[in-house]
Amino acid sequence: MAKDLLKIGGVELNSRLLIGTGKFNNDALIPEVINSSQSQVITVAMRRVDFNTSQENIMKYIPKEMILLPNTSGARTAEEAVRIARLARAAGMGNWIKIEVISDQKYLLPDNYETIKATEILASEGFIVLPYMSPDLMVAKKLEEVGAAAVMPLGAPIGTNRGLKTKELIQILIEECEKPVIVDAGIGKPSQACEAMEMGAAAVLVNTAIATAGDPVAMGEAFKSAVEAGRTAYLSGVGGVAKQARASSPLTGFLSM
Amino acid sequence: MSFYDEYEKLKELPFDRYFQDYTEIDVRRVLQKQRMTPEDLLVLLSPAAENLLEDIAQKAHELTVQHFGRTILLFNPIYIADHCVNLCTYCSFSVTNQFQRSKLSMEQIEVEAKALADLGLKHILVLTGESKTHTPVSYIADSIKVLKKYFPSVAIEINPLETDEYKQLVEAGVDGLTVYQEVYNEEIYKSVHVKGPKRDYRFRMDTPERGCEAGIRQINVGALLGLDDWRKEAFFAAMHARYLQKKYLDAEISLSLPRIRPHLGDYEPKSIVEDRHLVQAITAFRLFLPRAGITLSTREPQELRDNLIYLGVTKMSAGASTEVGGYSQCDAGTAQFEISDERSLAEVQQMIRDKGYQPVLKDWELLV
Repeated sequence: MAKDLLKIGGVELNSRLLIGTGKFNNDALIPEVINSSQSQVITVAMRRVDFNTSQENIMKYIPKEMILLPNTSGARTAEEAVRIARLARAAGMGNWIKIEVISDQKYLLPDNYETIKATEILASEGFIVLPYMSPDLMVAKKLEEVGAAAVMPLGAPIGTNRGLKTKELIQILIEECEKPVIVDAGIGKPSQACEAMEMGAAAVLVNTAIATAGDPVAMGEAFKSAVEAGRTAYLSGVGGVAKQARASSPLTGFLSM
Repeated sequence: MSFYDEYEKLKELPFDRYFQDYTEIDVRRVLQKQRMTPEDLLVLLSPAAENLLEDIAQKAHELTVQHFGRTILLFNPIYIADHCVNLCTYCSFSVTNQFQRSKLSMEQIEVEAKALADLGLKHILVLTGESKTHTPVSYIADSIKVLKKYFPSVAIEINPLETDEYKQLVEAGVDGLTVYQEVYNEEIYKSVHVKGPKRDYRFRMDTPERGCEAGIRQINVGALLGLDDWRKEAFFAAMHARYLQKKYLDAEISLSLPRIRPHLGDYEPKSIVEDRHLVQAITAFRLFLPRAGITLSTREPQELRDNLIYLGVTKMSAGASTEVGGYSQCDAGTAQFEISDERSLAEVQQMIRDKGYQPVLKDWELLV
């Protein structure tokens, strides 16, 4: 049986758990969380990176083998996101970029229109673009059309830990999108990550739930297991849900005999 | 439409009756809710809530960790001039106080900036007194350009400006604006701001909105506690923040509630705000506005600051000097007020780490 790898932008990944670097009480925990979660992709807010001060630079905690996913957190327009992405690449952070264009500072909901514009520009410049988005089918299709390597719908607003509040819409994206659907934001518990994977999500990105846990290292491991369990369940073919009880020995089975 | 119109309606509320009538049952009901109404905020600020402060604090802590993580952003004020034309009864910079006024030259600002930047700070707040003669917008803009060479984030706490003037400062590199209403009670406002342009209550109240219109990204509002009943002042400040959050979706809104500190002059606070009241106000803010920043200055004493880290605060100044040229001693100035927490930046960083939090020096950069 072929290995179940996640392919993004031509890169094959064993892990379907992407993690973040924000909100930790100590950045020195990041290597341990990477180890316990077995994640291979880590997102970093460019606004937090300080290339001029080595002792406070978050980058020193990220092992070289990790795929860096710099994000454009802080950008409020497509133009700003594009600038941040170019800066990240110029700074040697590779060509993966997570587009975050957020102009609403109260709920931190993404601006889908600006996100499409930024994705189009950056994909044409050779970036592997992973756009964070509100789950909307037509937006997801448009993002794919303009060159996104994956789409990243939110399960609930960033940092809320409320789980898959947009489940029905994400399910539609999973069914209709050609590119991987990575659930980003809102996942607060391993069981919710598992549920997203059971639904057929290609991967999940989890930051707050790990970084703010009592023991972030152990929580990283819990998410790893949950994502693997959910993926295995999805591949195994999750049984359908019926509204009424269905006997395992049908009463009308004799009719087909 | 501005917050002033909302204030006009809010000020008619029967605060005293509300605060007297709320019971612990009301507080417990509010604690069960996910989204708070203005009336819920009043319940949280009421005397009845004082008996449930620990429950409120627990919820405030959870919400803060959820939205901001265990991190505290550090910044420092930098005073570049103390010339002032206002007569404010509670401030050392008041025009009637006799002391040698200072204004840093661009060369001195550079020296001061280097002294601060050497400590590792990346976020600063530029302060002046109010004097358009001594510190015109052009002087502030030139200062910002010098400071931007050293700091990714430069905020201002200066006299209120017109929208076009703020736009000039945004172009020079400003990304944050702090403007306290000082006191929301309009009558008290007039009585403590005796002379000078600051007497214009409405112009000051509309300042954050002009800042938002000019494209300043981070807006910090608040009240100087001690000038009127703290429960009402905290309510108006939070309502002001909520108004700005709703109207200007792209602005990041923060709140602070500084308390009056000793200063030159003989003003005595009308309302004594005890530590537990400050805690009540801060935790009520957090429940009412889960995504808003809460800033704490070095006006507050060391022990209180250390404990407030758990209760909703997201930004702190550290190792602050409130006098012109205070970091490099390039010019001997007079402090605007006495600071309480005199620890160095390194000591505050260590304290934050000891509390199980991360001191964040850089969390913003305007990429232009």
